[in-house]
Amino acid sequence: MNEERLIGQAAAPGVSPMVMGGGSIAPRLDLSGARSRNLSERLIGVVLFLCGAVSLLTTVGIIGVLVFEAVEFFLEISPLDFFFGTEWSPQINQNPLYGVIPLITGTLTIAIIAMIITLPLGLMSAIYLAEYAAPPARAVLKPVLELLAGIPTIVYGYFALTFITPNVLQPILPETEVFNALSAGIAVGIMILPMVASLSEDALRAVPRALREASFALGATKLETSTRIVVPAALSGIFASFILAISRAVGETMIIVVAAGSRPADVIPNPLGQLQAMTSYIVLTLSGDAPRGTTEYRTLFAVGLTLFAMTLLLNIVSQWLVARFREVYQ
Amino acid sequence: MSAAVGEDLLAADAGGGRDQLRARQRRATAVSWVFLAAVVFAVVVLLVLLVAVAYRGVPSLSWSLLSSKASRNAESAGLQTALFGTLWVISLTAIIALPVGIGAAIYLEEYAPRNWWTRALQTNIANLAGVPSVVYGLLGLGIFANFFGFGRSIITGALTMALLILPVIIIASQEAIRAVPLSLRQGAYALGATPWQVSRHHVLPVAMPGILTGTILALSRAIGETAPLLVAGAAAYLTYNPDSLTDGFTALPIQIYNWTDRPQQEFKDLAAAGIIILLVVLIGMNAGAIYLRHRFSKKTRW
Repeated sequence: MNEERLIGQAAAPGVSPMVMGGGSIAPRLDLSGARSRNLSERLIGVVLFLCGAVSLLTTVGIIGVLVFEAVEFFLEISPLDFFFGTEWSPQINQNPLYGVIPLITGTLTIAIIAMIITLPLGLMSAIYLAEYAAPPARAVLKPVLELLAGIPTIVYGYFALTFITPNVLQPILPETEVFNALSAGIAVGIMILPMVASLSEDALRAVPRALREASFALGATKLETSTRIVVPAALSGIFASFILAISRAVGETMIIVVAAGSRPADVIPNPLGQLQAMTSYIVLTLSGDAPRGTTEYRTLFAVGLTLFAMTLLLNIVSQWLVARFREVYQ
Repeated sequence: MSAAVGEDLLAADAGGGRDQLRARQRRATAVSWVFLAAVVFAVVVLLVLLVAVAYRGVPSLSWSLLSSKASRNAESAGLQTALFGTLWVISLTAIIALPVGIGAAIYLEEYAPRNWWTRALQTNIANLAGVPSVVYGLLGLGIFANFFGFGRSIITGALTMALLILPVIIIASQEAIRAVPLSLRQGAYALGATPWQVSRHHVLPVAMPGILTGTILALSRAIGETAPLLVAGAAAYLTYNPDSLTDGFTALPIQIYNWTDRPQQEFKDLAAAGIIILLVVLIGMNAGAIYLRHRFSKKTRW
């Protein structure tokens, strides 16, 4: 497939100079309209290039706007206080504190709870779908997972607030508050489960049959083959899906806004109580309107920049894992 | 790893273990049920979620829910303003994102030279797809709402949404374009067609179903997105319908959020009814995408 693409790419530029060359041989007698065709061809090329450049502009725009406002913010509040401060209370009028650590640990708390739910379930689902499921079972289960992935996050938030908390958590743990991190974390875990399952399944399916057959031939059971041969061979892809899942959990917003409340937590949050994550802080502050040019407004961008840096790092690690440790089988 | 398996197997043999073999088989069967249980868990959660929403929301479903505007009174509150807002924003998002996304995909697949610049663009698109949606909201707020001065308006929301779904549309379109057989392009080039003629008349028509499927799925994701609109420009409470690009707006998921956020149970029931309507819209769009994919995958065979 790669080879085919290479040829395709080589063919396109190879042909166009010929067309242009034909135009320049007979510059005066232009019966074919090659010249105007040339011009419009170039124009279209430029337009298409610009379309491609929009994505680059988006990145420039994101980094630009985040850095610009964050720099203004750091001129007012020392980066040391921001990154190492352990109390977050920007809304207090006298002596507001801008220590971002509670927001980061809030985000991580949600991510950890989500991972506890999603990693084992996602991996086991992937093994089932890739190694065990008969085609008819797959034909039913895959669309269900896709459906689960297509549900908007606000719906999961509603589910966490009105079902998971009162019907699941509070009967078991009566001290659970109405707004709590645990329900939000569980809902985030359910939300990213389909992604982990489907990416890990792809990784497992990419392992060649020959490895499985060799294992069976040595007398290994299906379980031994799956867990000791196929999973290790697909490990880079599985880890990549895990890291992508963490990144999604870190960036998740509405579930946390709806279900985890609005009170910033301590550095070590209580999962049964309220907390604020970086994402939910941004939405909750803007719901109360932050006028442009105020410290409050700039704080959003400083927090946004921290969030952006974290998710970018995770995404890059995930891509690197896939590229670096991909097993190539002939 | 494989060495460890070998040793285990040898050990099993040395033990002469029929029993051991049987135990291993039993364990394999038992664990396969655990694997199945993990998938079934996902299915059960989906069912519970749907039933829980339906249980609360169905009694509140009525035509007046669709035709009334927002209200502080649960009995007379409706979704009309939000539906109009969503319609405006999503149509505009599609109008902006579709041509740009297809153009970018054609550029990357048919025009771009294979060099560091193209690789950088491609990596950039992959990374953009992983940026949290709330960060796009900040982009919309900082650039469109404040820098360009569009304020909290439909155009701000649509531009933000368009940038948000652009990477998804580009990646889906690229895949569709890549699936077009090379012989088609070569045939056209051999007859003297220019690169654009090849793309426009031969590659695009064949790739279009795939592109449209990806676009519909991207738009259905955009319909459910709440955070970027909330940050970049939507109003949480609005009682008039928008009628121009610079008007303020609210949207379906934002109205649902607004109702969920209120302490009264009646509003929570209304939110569930809103969710049902949102899900019906999404299922309709997804069904359309599946139909497109199915229909055209049958029609063209190479």
